[in-house]
Amino acid sequence: MGEDNLEGMACDFVRVPGQAKASAEDIGPVEETDMGVNDMGTRGTGASSTGAGANKSGQDGNGHGLYPAREVDVAVIGAGPAGLAAAVEARKQGVKNVVILEREVEPGGILQQCIHTGFGLKIFGEELTGPEYAEKFIRQAEESGVEFKLDTMVIGISRDRIITAVNKNEGIIKLRAKAIVLAMGCRERTRGALNIPGTRPAGIYTAGTAQRFVNMEGYLPGKKIVILGSGDIGLIMARRLTLEGAEVKMVCELMPYPGGLTRNIIQCLDDYNIPLRLSCTVVEIHGRRRVEGVTIARVDKNFNPIPGTHEYVECDTLLLSVGLIPENELSMEAGITIDPVTSGPVVDESMETSIEGIFACGNVVHVHDLVDRVTWEAMRAGKSAAMFVLGGREKVEDKRKDKGKEEGKGGRKEERKDGREGFLGKAPSLALSAERSSPAAGIPGTGSHTSVVTGQGIRYVIPHMISGDAISRIVNGDCREDEDGIEMLMRVEEVRRNARISLVCGGETVYSVKRVKVAPGEMESIKLSKQLLEKVRGKNQIIVQLENV
Amino acid sequence: MKACYSMDEIYDVAIIGAGVIGCNVARQLSRYKIKVCLMEKQPDVAMGASSANSGIVHAGYDAEPGSLKARLNVRGNELMDRVASELDIPFKRTGSLVLAFSPEDMEKIKILYERGLKNGVQGMEILDASQVQEKEPNVSQETIGALYAPGAGIVCPYELTIGAAESAVENGVDLFLECEVKAINITASPAGLPRDKYPPQDESPIFNITTSKGVFTARYIINCAGLYADSIASMTGDNSFSISPRKGEYILFDKIEGGLVNSVIFQTPTRMGKGILVTPTVDGNLLIGPTAVDTGDKNDTSTTREGLQQVMTEALKSVPGIDRRYVISSFAGIRAVPSTGDFIIGESRAMQKFVNVAGIESPGLTAAPAIAEYVEEVLRKSGLELVPKENFNPLRRPVKRFRNMGERELAGLIKENPLYGRIVCRCEKVSAAEIVDAIRRPAGARTLDGIKRRTRAGMGRCQGGFCTPRVNEILSRELGIPYDKVVKSGENSWMLAGRTK
Repeated sequence: MGEDNLEGMACDFVRVPGQAKASAEDIGPVEETDMGVNDMGTRGTGASSTGAGANKSGQDGNGHGLYPAREVDVAVIGAGPAGLAAAVEARKQGVKNVVILEREVEPGGILQQCIHTGFGLKIFGEELTGPEYAEKFIRQAEESGVEFKLDTMVIGISRDRIITAVNKNEGIIKLRAKAIVLAMGCRERTRGALNIPGTRPAGIYTAGTAQRFVNMEGYLPGKKIVILGSGDIGLIMARRLTLEGAEVKMVCELMPYPGGLTRNIIQCLDDYNIPLRLSCTVVEIHGRRRVEGVTIARVDKNFNPIPGTHEYVECDTLLLSVGLIPENELSMEAGITIDPVTSGPVVDESMETSIEGIFACGNVVHVHDLVDRVTWEAMRAGKSAAMFVLGGREKVEDKRKDKGKEEGKGGRKEERKDGREGFLGKAPSLALSAERSSPAAGIPGTGSHTSVVTGQGIRYVIPHMISGDAISRIVNGDCREDEDGIEMLMRVEEVRRNARISLVCGGETVYSVKRVKVAPGEMESIKLSKQLLEKVRGKNQIIVQLENV
Repeated sequence: MKACYSMDEIYDVAIIGAGVIGCNVARQLSRYKIKVCLMEKQPDVAMGASSANSGIVHAGYDAEPGSLKARLNVRGNELMDRVASELDIPFKRTGSLVLAFSPEDMEKIKILYERGLKNGVQGMEILDASQVQEKEPNVSQETIGALYAPGAGIVCPYELTIGAAESAVENGVDLFLECEVKAINITASPAGLPRDKYPPQDESPIFNITTSKGVFTARYIINCAGLYADSIASMTGDNSFSISPRKGEYILFDKIEGGLVNSVIFQTPTRMGKGILVTPTVDGNLLIGPTAVDTGDKNDTSTTREGLQQVMTEALKSVPGIDRRYVISSFAGIRAVPSTGDFIIGESRAMQKFVNVAGIESPGLTAAPAIAEYVEEVLRKSGLELVPKENFNPLRRPVKRFRNMGERELAGLIKENPLYGRIVCRCEKVSAAEIVDAIRRPAGARTLDGIKRRTRAGMGRCQGGFCTPRVNEILSRELGIPYDKVVKSGENSWMLAGRTK
């Protein structure tokens, strides 16, 4: 779908007849009728959607809808797969007033440009395209009366859950939310972050940007392409660009194993005879105005280029698929504690962050491998937000709010004196699993929480902690039918065959599961059943570790 | 901006090169009733060294007393507050520290202090270790003292250039982009102009400047061609100097690192220059660099593995807490190092009415407004009559930026123009209205990089990953060119290879 169509869609919501698309971004005043009366960019027909947010929020005398903040029950930031599922779930739980704020002109997030299939295998048992997967949830959201504010950018969140946002039609928007769900997703790591030396010509794109150019705008970013990084988007784009007639010369991967899913290696590279060069990276970019070529080299164990392995590859485009970074600038401004390993908020089993009433889900918490898992996680967040609003959750005396301050000891905050808050101490990389720290460790009053600690071979585990209440509820059967356990999602540090993921609690291995192969590109999931939780109850921490069989 | 050149115009002054010097000279001359043109071979202003340097407004203790560098540095520093406010560009007097790690360094710092006094630098102090830590808690514990100069500051080098260019054009200067000077001829009458249409005022010759956009005629030429000033001078037979390229590599960090230092942190200088500095930028990022390598290639703005490593290693000596995970970009700039050791400013000995402004390496950015004043004096002495224009407007039309506005102001502005409420660049919070404005302004943006430098769209942590397609679309619409003909920075810098199947 082209940008023209997007503009068109935005116009449809507003129903401003005769407004030429081409002039959508013209400077100069727009007719009076465009302002205030319409709720341009607001979509949804539910009970909560009055369509007059700006008017409702009051006037400050100058006619600006600034004060006071409009009250909402649950505000969801981001209408990608995470935000949509969270919003739908919150409505299902009976929350009346659910608003999604989305910066793009249509909901669906990055799924809208993922026109390949492979979405929904786990959740629906069928292979959907990205837009199809998104549409299911968009429809559910609309039908359940979730209010959409599209083309709307959130510019601030406060500790007391006041959201400041902006859009073309309402100007500044203030929402006071009883609960917030963060679902901002992630962004791609760039050339700059990798510090690849060389020139700075046109023709260097992240894989996702190239995907947008091809699938949304209908343009080819280049004809002779080298892809650095074997993340899933890069693999998908290797196939896509080949199908569009471009020559994809190779995919280089710094690590000795691919970054993306095995199925994508087979379906996107092997099937099209695109070579995958492992332990190989781009060491220089050439070309003054446009990329003319890259120098690649093999790397040693420490990722340093091996002399004598340098090779010049002629190309006009370099695509980067070198990792995704959760977008937590808003979270950090709000003072939410961030785990330096995931770059996402520290969360408990309910997906609540370090600030009470602010929940998070999807790629803003940690980068997922499959959208199905995002949806599940988001449903959990949406449900928790609903329980928080409806008072279904017993409010714990929440001391976690201040845990970032406690955690800073000996870590980053001690090293630096710029007054930055909300950062965790760097996790010490001790090999001794039992001593390895988890972001949740050392929280005052941990009695009511069990910290989830990453042991040997495990990069991270979500959630970072499990509340004692949740454990008791499940163990006592004092919970809903669907709440039959707690799921832990994790990534391993390296590829291993015949490994075993074990849970150690109080010096005793309480659970262990064998895996033929584990890889960082594919997430592992373990469900803590009622029986298991009985063993965990009352313990300070549970260590998740990778062992050789 | 002039699309084409009319042959019956005779310019009083033709300025070659629209970097920070050419643009500031143009603006200075736009105060007077003369016809001025500004020629640039690139598709935008600020495309050379002016777009890739440290952005420091130096206090003025570095240069040799009595040199042009010393004099114009101190004067430029004095002028910067006024210029920045007239051009509506950010300038912060952050102060600077030259750190000393050894007793030898302390001795060098004292020499700098003495030199500063001779150059007329105000307010300097030599600090001990605890005073340094108090001012800058994140600098190395190895620091035993520092030279503090409160008058130093930071400015955005390309904004200073763009601001001056806009102001010049608003005040009547004709700007010609993609206009490369190929030859300069001296003639008694302008090319293609009947003798009777050209009223000779004096005996002196007139210049015919052959460019990629046609032949221009001018009474005076000001050579502000940066790295290529020697080539331009030699077109008139002036071979009195040469310019050699010295590359400097930089690393730019996310705004999250911007608070690490409050002021410009230098190390004690060496023979090759001022060493690797650590500085906040006016936009709130952290910048470290530059290296100093004589490359021999004036086009070589590539970064190198060794260079970037050196920048990181050296910067960590000053500020050990810099976190490489927050690197967002790296780049290299080329300094124009003159064979004479000092700025070369004045009428050419080989050619009357041909004024060189060459070898403007550091502290050239600081000195730019003072150089403009100085060039005015050179022209006066050479006989150019400069009558002030009554309607000269020193104030550039302010640039409204979403990220700098308060909520109330923003609300009013969005009501006036809803596009201020549509964010295109999420990382830097740049609205659609700002992008349109950057294109429509005088000397407006024509390329993605032009938009980036004027609005910061694409300069943030995602480096244009999300906003490039949207900026591309606005450029295409505003310029009336197909979507796939939008370029990054000029000829051959194409972004897209055409339609998909």
